Amino acid sequence: MDLIRLKNVKKQYKNGVTAIYDLSLSIKKGSFVFVIGGSGSGKSTFIKMLYREEKPTKGSIIVGGVNVAKLRNKKVYKLRRKLGIVFQDYRLLPKLNVYENVSFAMEVIGAPKQETRRKVLKALELVGLKNKIHNYPDQLSGGEQQRVAIARAIVNEPKLLICDEPTGNLDPERSMEIVKVLEEINKTCGTTVIMATHDKEIVNKMQKEVISLKEGRLVAHKEKGGYDENI
Amino acid sequence: MKIFRMLGRSIRDAFKSVFRNFSLSIASISCIAITLIIVALSILASFNVENFTKEIEKDMTIVVFLEGQSEASTIRYVTNQIKNLKNVESYEFKDRATVKKEIQKESSVFNTIMEDWSEEDNPLKDTFQVKVKEIEKISDTAKAIEKIKGVSVVRYGAGMVDKMVQAFSSIEKVAYGVVIALIIVTVFLIINTIKLTIFSRKREISIMRLVGASNFTIKIPFIIEGMILGMIGAILPICLILFGYFAFYQHFNGYLYSKLIELIPPQPFIYEASLMVLVIGILVGMIGSASAVRKYLKV
Repeated sequence: MDLIRLKNVKKQYKNGVTAIYDLSLSIKKGSFVFVIGGSGSGKSTFIKMLYREEKPTKGSIIVGGVNVAKLRNKKVYKLRRKLGIVFQDYRLLPKLNVYENVSFAMEVIGAPKQETRRKVLKALELVGLKNKIHNYPDQLSGGEQQRVAIARAIVNEPKLLICDEPTGNLDPERSMEIVKVLEEINKTCGTTVIMATHDKEIVNKMQKEVISLKEGRLVAHKEKGGYDENI
Repeated sequence: MKIFRMLGRSIRDAFKSVFRNFSLSIASISCIAITLIIVALSILASFNVENFTKEIEKDMTIVVFLEGQSEASTIRYVTNQIKNLKNVESYEFKDRATVKKEIQKESSVFNTIMEDWSEEDNPLKDTFQVKVKEIEKISDTAKAIEKIKGVSVVRYGAGMVDKMVQAFSSIEKVAYGVVIALIIVTVFLIINTIKLTIFSRKREISIMRLVGASNFTIKIPFIIEGMILGMIGAILPICLILFGYFAFYQHFNGYLYSKLIELIPPQPFIYEASLMVLVIGILVGMIGSASAVRKYLKV
């Protein structure tokens, strides 16, 4: 079953730059997908459209049965609650400790305290940071901070985890650790993971589904494969 | 349950934020306090002016003297004519005998003089005492009455009182204008100061949006924060009203310059005025922060 389906999607920014030309593709539930492409390939725009940070100029984007392209600003939060989003720069709140950073995601949607505690601890255990719940972000390494961000993204048990270059700031070893954590989440929780990256090594090692974009167009969509050197 | 939980969290966050961004909060509070002091003074002034004008209006009467020895039919005719005038609130007819008695009562000198007057000797005239609805139109009404057949002279507090009422009514209007203008200025000041606090928390807002907080949930703590700032900012102006007005009233013994200008007694007036200032402070803080945060919530 498809979790995501894009049909004839075009994205043109207000300054006239077209980032995506006529993109159509679908992603199955429970899959682990790499989105690869160089600078200006449109992969960031593609990712941003999935969580409705950007709206497509044309076409439809169905995420979990909802046409994101037609989603009104006021209703965006409903979509976001079904998603987990991880960024290259972690986006943690420096004044909150690890536990608070993760529970923040539960609190702002009004979850009860006990449920929050249970889920936060479970998420932190999954990313291997249960022993550091009282630490603050500046007391953690980059890899650890990214794991906190992942824990925050999965604490609401989303169906889809969107990662925009999550390993961009990390060394190869830490990067691999992060991808392993994502794979673990994909396997144990059945969460669909979409990860934009330009890290060839990771893509080649993992041998997962790959969507290759070049200059705003889909150039390859393989069920299993490595980094396409042509892009 | 959920709504209470969210509300509790919002109130907690709002208080935290007031203290966390202490210098900015102090800036907002001072702005609100200073403008609310002027608002408070304007409220005190405008209410006193209004009170004074009303007091004068209550006393303003048009006295209508009828010609010579008026007959019953003339009195009936004049009564009907006066009754039909739009601006007439009420009227009272006093015949010569009654007027004579009243004057006798007021002064012992007049009493001895008038005692000997017989019914025919009485040079006084039958009168109507007319009260008007709108004091500004009193001269028009007086003129209209003067034209009625059978009316000899019309007297009202023309001249000075007339001008004074006009002056006070414009002072009152200016005071209301000042209050409204100040409220608008305060709203803008608050929008700007709260914008600064929000700017420093842009990251937090963007993360809240990413994890699925509704705009309403994001807005509420800021709105409560604005209300708290407004409330704290109102403390000083309220103290000024409570103690300042009381001292002012005591100092002047309840009258300003002459017995003509009577001040409103402090109780319960100071409490009402304080409540008004508090409500204005809270509303202004609320509106200011609500509109400031809106700019950061566009997806």
